[in-house]
Amino acid sequence: MTDPRPEAQVVLRLENITKRFGKLTANGAISFDLRQGEVIALLGENGAGKTTLMNILFGHYTPDEGHVEVFGMRLPAGNPRAALAAGVGMVHQHFTLADNMTVLENIVLGTRSIWRLGFGRAQARQRIVTLMEDYGLRVDPDAQVGSLSVGERQRVEILKALFREARILILDEPTAVLTPQETDDLFATMRKAVALGLSVIFISHKLHEVMAISSRVVVLRHGKLVAEAKTSETDRAAMAQMMVGSEVAAPVVRRADPGAALVTLAGVSSPDIGSAPGLKNVDLELRAGQITGLAGVSGNGQTALADLIGGLIRPASGTFHVKGDAPRGWSPHAAISAGIARIPEDRHKTGTIADFDLTENAVLELYSRPGFSRHGWMNWRAARDFAAKIIRGYDVRCPGPETRIRLLSGGNMQKLILGRVLETAPSVVLANQPVRGLDIGALTYVHEQLLAARDRGAAVLLISEDLDEVTALSDVIHVISEGRLSPGFARGAMTPAELGVWMAGDGFEEAPHAA
Amino acid sequence: MDILDILLQASFWTAAIRIASPLIFAALGELICERAGVLNLGIEGIMVVGAFAGWLTVYLGGGLWFGVAVAMLSGMAFGLVHGVLTVPFGLSQHVVGLGITLLATSLTYYCYRLALPEVTSPPKIEAFQPLEITILSDIPVIGPALFNQTPLTYLAFVLVVAVTLVLYRTPMGLALRAAGEDPAAVEAQGLSVSAIRICAVMVGSGFMAVGGAFLTMSAFNSFFFEMVNGRGWICIALVVFGSWKPGKTLLGAVLFAAFDALQIRVQQTPLGADIPYQIFLMAPYILSILALVVMSRRAQVPAALMVPFNKGER
Repeated sequence: MTDPRPEAQVVLRLENITKRFGKLTANGAISFDLRQGEVIALLGENGAGKTTLMNILFGHYTPDEGHVEVFGMRLPAGNPRAALAAGVGMVHQHFTLADNMTVLENIVLGTRSIWRLGFGRAQARQRIVTLMEDYGLRVDPDAQVGSLSVGERQRVEILKALFREARILILDEPTAVLTPQETDDLFATMRKAVALGLSVIFISHKLHEVMAISSRVVVLRHGKLVAEAKTSETDRAAMAQMMVGSEVAAPVVRRADPGAALVTLAGVSSPDIGSAPGLKNVDLELRAGQITGLAGVSGNGQTALADLIGGLIRPASGTFHVKGDAPRGWSPHAAISAGIARIPEDRHKTGTIADFDLTENAVLELYSRPGFSRHGWMNWRAARDFAAKIIRGYDVRCPGPETRIRLLSGGNMQKLILGRVLETAPSVVLANQPVRGLDIGALTYVHEQLLAARDRGAAVLLISEDLDEVTALSDVIHVISEGRLSPGFARGAMTPAELGVWMAGDGFEEAPHAA
Repeated sequence: MDILDILLQASFWTAAIRIASPLIFAALGELICERAGVLNLGIEGIMVVGAFAGWLTVYLGGGLWFGVAVAMLSGMAFGLVHGVLTVPFGLSQHVVGLGITLLATSLTYYCYRLALPEVTSPPKIEAFQPLEITILSDIPVIGPALFNQTPLTYLAFVLVVAVTLVLYRTPMGLALRAAGEDPAAVEAQGLSVSAIRICAVMVGSGFMAVGGAFLTMSAFNSFFFEMVNGRGWICIALVVFGSWKPGKTLLGAVLFAAFDALQIRVQQTPLGADIPYQIFLMAPYILSILALVVMSRRAQVPAALMVPFNKGER
């Protein structure tokens, strides 16, 4: 990306923005400028204050101090309508689209006076089609949003902003949900937008993307602006260091020493779960002492696989073996008894009970084991000792074992789950999105622990949407798409682009007709 | 005398459409509330209020249409209370709705006693008279059924068309539906979810009150206690039956009314002599439940129905 000329007009100015939530200062006196035709990458760990800052800019939150100027005009605080009218368009991390309405209806929403009688449907469609061509955003205007893929929905969000003649686009972690190919398409759209004179703020923590697309980086840490640099004058290592505030060491991966297959699936299929596909004729082996990585865009059957191994569902067809036996009456209880320990995908919903304390959460799956209960009575002393051991051993930062778990940060909650999982010396570890939403410190810790579990001889299944994470840790990588599983690829055998082809659903042989 | 003969009588269909009319008003009102994301269980009580307010206005010397307007406004007042409690305050829509029903019903009876302390049998009013539309009413069977009704019935059908057009063909309808599907999307577009939802509940409650007023001003010509008799609850089911679509909801109302008209007539046939009449009274409800089971399995519930929206919440 070329640098915009230094004399380019300032289109957006953040001036001394401060926002507090209770005791937490989410943004502390942040100021920076965005110039016309520029892509600023806003970098920072989770909880660094990026999303809060953008919500202030867009008027969702009112800042406690400071103000926003767009094209030299000061925006009234806390007023999304004013931000929209001034030409600020925002694509949220969580899309704000109504599923049961069409693309066209979603785009037109709010752009017409509500006292107007007709829609101006034909005219709106004409404009949308023109915008699609200008910016390379293909999507059917009459499709129901609920039937679209995640990538398509994102295009609708961008179209929505462009339809309102946005001159400044804010993209909040747009690539988190995309395949590498869709990311390339998005970048092409961003380049077209910049060429047409728009300016972009791009939020991400994927450093290679930041290098590829941005002209300038702004780094936030703990709510403060800690660094600002031209992309051409910095590099990935420097940016990572600015984000975390200290040198980051990638985990050292020793060679794996695979042992026996502990979990085996042969030709396994399972029913669809709502709109998410079930498994389709899946072959998979989880070997002791090996990390098996599962790459794929979310919602492609990861949940079905995790639920199957975790005991929540049973295979509809095919053979399923755990440690050589075909389990009868497969259930979560049977899975736990078989030594399968789970790090669930959603630590808030299925991993913990928010208003239970750490002790109760620590023994959530283990309460029936001898030691924690006898003759149907809980042994709370043992449970508390167990929780205390996890807190010490896994560096869970908390006031004590009687703290309600909802008060912990995501990272500390995940460490408790990790401790609960690993303290039982499981033979199989099912890690579903184990570092989602964690900052780099906690993330590195979780990764080290998973590697240590592998080295102790556990079979680890790592499910993640982050391809970088999967390729960094896994000894064998499978790609899942539409419930189909690719063959296993050895570490380093495939480039990210090649894996991306599989993630997009290409490369699979036609499914046999019998299926 | 068979059921088939009954079904071919013009008077049967005239009765069915008349019975359906209050249900159409109230179900349409409920539909508007629910499409914006608010379940309005105040419907039963608001219908009582409308029935009383309309009737009292005429009894005290007001014009018929003025009575309809007063009924509508009194319904909207209760709608405002419901909307303020459930939308900005985000209270439980179930509890608030049932509370409104209890409050509105008791308040109405209280006002009735205040207005008419001495009366034992409820006084009649000069109500709406059927308005025959020439030529069209000469069509066999459906002619008299559809075109020899009171003006309020015609209004009900007109409103179904109007609400359909507004919901699907105007920016206002788009904003209202979006508020019930994804309020965050509405807020992100710079519209106020609170304003849209409160207005929807007010207008919807106004419609419910007119449905109640139909009972006193176009059917029974006087006001007595318990006259709404669960019609509000039926309307809640009709909205589900109609998959939150005005046209299908109208169809459901007519269907239910036809069952109701049918059971009264079948009771008078020889068949009716052998079977306890309670069975006939139950029949429309049982058939409605069966129809509901069949029709509503594929219904698309507004995604944000009963989900309070708090702006700026983390």
